[in-house]
Amino acid sequence: MEIGIDSFAVLMPGPTGRMQTPQERMDDLMAEIELADRVGLDAFGVGEHHRAEFIDSAPTVIMAAGAARTKNIRLNSAVTVLSAVDPVRLFQQFATLDLISKGRVEIVAGRGSFVDAYPLFGLDLNDYDALFSENLDLLLRLREESHPRWQGRFRPELTGQGVFPRPAQAELPIWIGVGGTPQSFLRAGLLGLPLMVAIIGGTFRRFRPLVDLYRRAGQEAGHPPEKLKVALHAFGYVAETSERARSEAYPPWQYMMSSLAKERGWIDASRPQFDAMAAPGGAFMVGSPEEVAEKMLGASADLGGLSRITFQMSGASGNPEQMRRSIELLGTKVAPIVRQASAARSAAAAPAA
Amino acid sequence: MLVDGTGTFGAAAAPRRIGVLGAGRVGNAVARQAMHGGYEVAIGTAKPPEDIGLIVSFLAPGATIASAEDVIAGSDIVVLAIPLAHYRELSRHDFGGRVVIDPMNYWPPLDGHLPEFEGEEGSGEVVQRALPTARLVRALNHIGYHELEENALPPGTPGRQALALAGDDPAARAAVAGFIDRLGYDPVDAGPLVAARGFRAGLPLFGTRLDRGELVATIRRLEVEHTP
Ligand SMILES: NC(=O)c1ccc[n+]([C@@H]2O[C@H](COP(=O)([O-])OP(=O)(O)OC[C@H]3O[C@@H](n4cnc5c(N)ncnc54)[C@H](OP(=O)(O)O)[C@@H]3O)[C@@H](O)[C@H]2O)c1
Repeated sequence: MEIGIDSFAVLMPGPTGRMQTPQERMDDLMAEIELADRVGLDAFGVGEHHRAEFIDSAPTVIMAAGAARTKNIRLNSAVTVLSAVDPVRLFQQFATLDLISKGRVEIVAGRGSFVDAYPLFGLDLNDYDALFSENLDLLLRLREESHPRWQGRFRPELTGQGVFPRPAQAELPIWIGVGGTPQSFLRAGLLGLPLMVAIIGGTFRRFRPLVDLYRRAGQEAGHPPEKLKVALHAFGYVAETSERARSEAYPPWQYMMSSLAKERGWIDASRPQFDAMAAPGGAFMVGSPEEVAEKMLGASADLGGLSRITFQMSGASGNPEQMRRSIELLGTKVAPIVRQASAARSAAAAPAA
Repeated sequence: MLVDGTGTFGAAAAPRRIGVLGAGRVGNAVARQAMHGGYEVAIGTAKPPEDIGLIVSFLAPGATIASAEDVIAGSDIVVLAIPLAHYRELSRHDFGGRVVIDPMNYWPPLDGHLPEFEGEEGSGEVVQRALPTARLVRALNHIGYHELEENALPPGTPGRQALALAGDDPAARAAVAGFIDRLGYDPVDAGPLVAARGFRAGLPLFGTRLDRGELVATIRRLEVEHTP
């Protein structure tokens, strides 16, 4: 199983309570990507948001800088707001990035949790689904061929113009990022695209029927099982001890949830809620390295086998020292336990030759 | 106006068949929970039934899939589990005086801006006007779709979560109260549809886990503040 970090490059109050500046956050983010690579993590994801408290409206630029500073780590979007971008431009950017990184980039296409991109680019929210399907269709065509003939509703026709450069990877990975909507799981399965499931609360187990739906849809559409990969994106944070992890992860989570709650009309997030999700069975990967490793393996079992788990760790970024420590522990303590256990498991599962 | 009493619904007339429009998060969760409560469930969307065959077989196994028309025609209670932005599409159906549950919330990030839902009026009042053949009851809007299954408890359990309902037809309210009880929650009848103005996102009962006593107290407080 691969292990990654997803960062929404968001401005948070620092340890003294002062808001980070965009410059500070960007500098820290670069250091985080470098560190994640150095400690051997498999993937680093950069979000896309178009609002004041975020600095990641141009994720491919951030990823390019990350690619130039790293050797092995894969770089993915988390997520690309596919309905709000011209697929031709998107493909060009990722193909370029793929060359810069020598074949280490991946697109995760999804809805995104905010809708600011739609009014910004003059799109109608009611066209969201149609735009997503159409843009995905073109993106997949561009991945297959450099001179597609293609026609859609929202973008001028392609009559065989070339779209360059071609990426370094023979097949640029394109994942579908999903929340809880059954139709999205079905679509990803039918297209045979790998699935990135965001689970931000409740339990992992609750998503099993949706993941099963994805796998069955893929199988019925004739896609081989190795194409139907499932990854999990969940809230996470690691510290030396369980207690320390919880007390450090709670305040930034509370901060982010309460600003969202104000905007969306929820009630405020509370410590008991947080503790319930950090407890065994809950959807937060928060705790000591052993605890977090166990949760990851549990999540993989709950969802019928995961190929990657990515940690939503943006909250911790308000405190660069804590963020650094969490990344280090993830790479040096959690990853070895998880890799060993997954290796043991697949050895046990392999047929005796 | 909170309405007291256990409902006027006799066992003979008790609804058995639940129809769900919408096969998304809420639709499948309501379908599962209703089957768990012993109801027969049919589910449909605006698309051909076979489009949701695989979804329903994994997410609400045991439910029948049908066209929206057949779902309505074959049900005692219909649940509108679709995005509010699509409510006008429902006016092509004849609900034939059926009890219809409206759990739909106005959510501009998903629905876009809809001026009719930005005034004083509750969304349920707008939806009831658009669907004159329905006896509309606003309910199930203030609990998350996954909580609907996770928080359910048998009647009489101390601390059992309560869910509010409001509608202009008393018999329809009683039917929905019985349904909510069998889903695993204490029903609290808040009275006519206008009372549902207090159920909307941003107000204290939305997304909050309250028992009957707490919910009644919250609704009383909201009545003072939000009903004309
Ligand atoms: N999510 C929650 O926790 C929650 C809680 C309480 C209330 N609500 C409310 O419940 C409603 C449904 O939410 P959701 O999260 O379940 O949405 P969802 O996952 O997007 O599902 C919506 C479903 O409605 C179907 N649909 C759209 N137009 C239709 C029409 N004219 N006739 C029949 N079916 C139609 C869609 O089918 P297609 O895919 O074919 O379009 C889809 O199956 C919303 O109004 C929401 O505000 C949500």
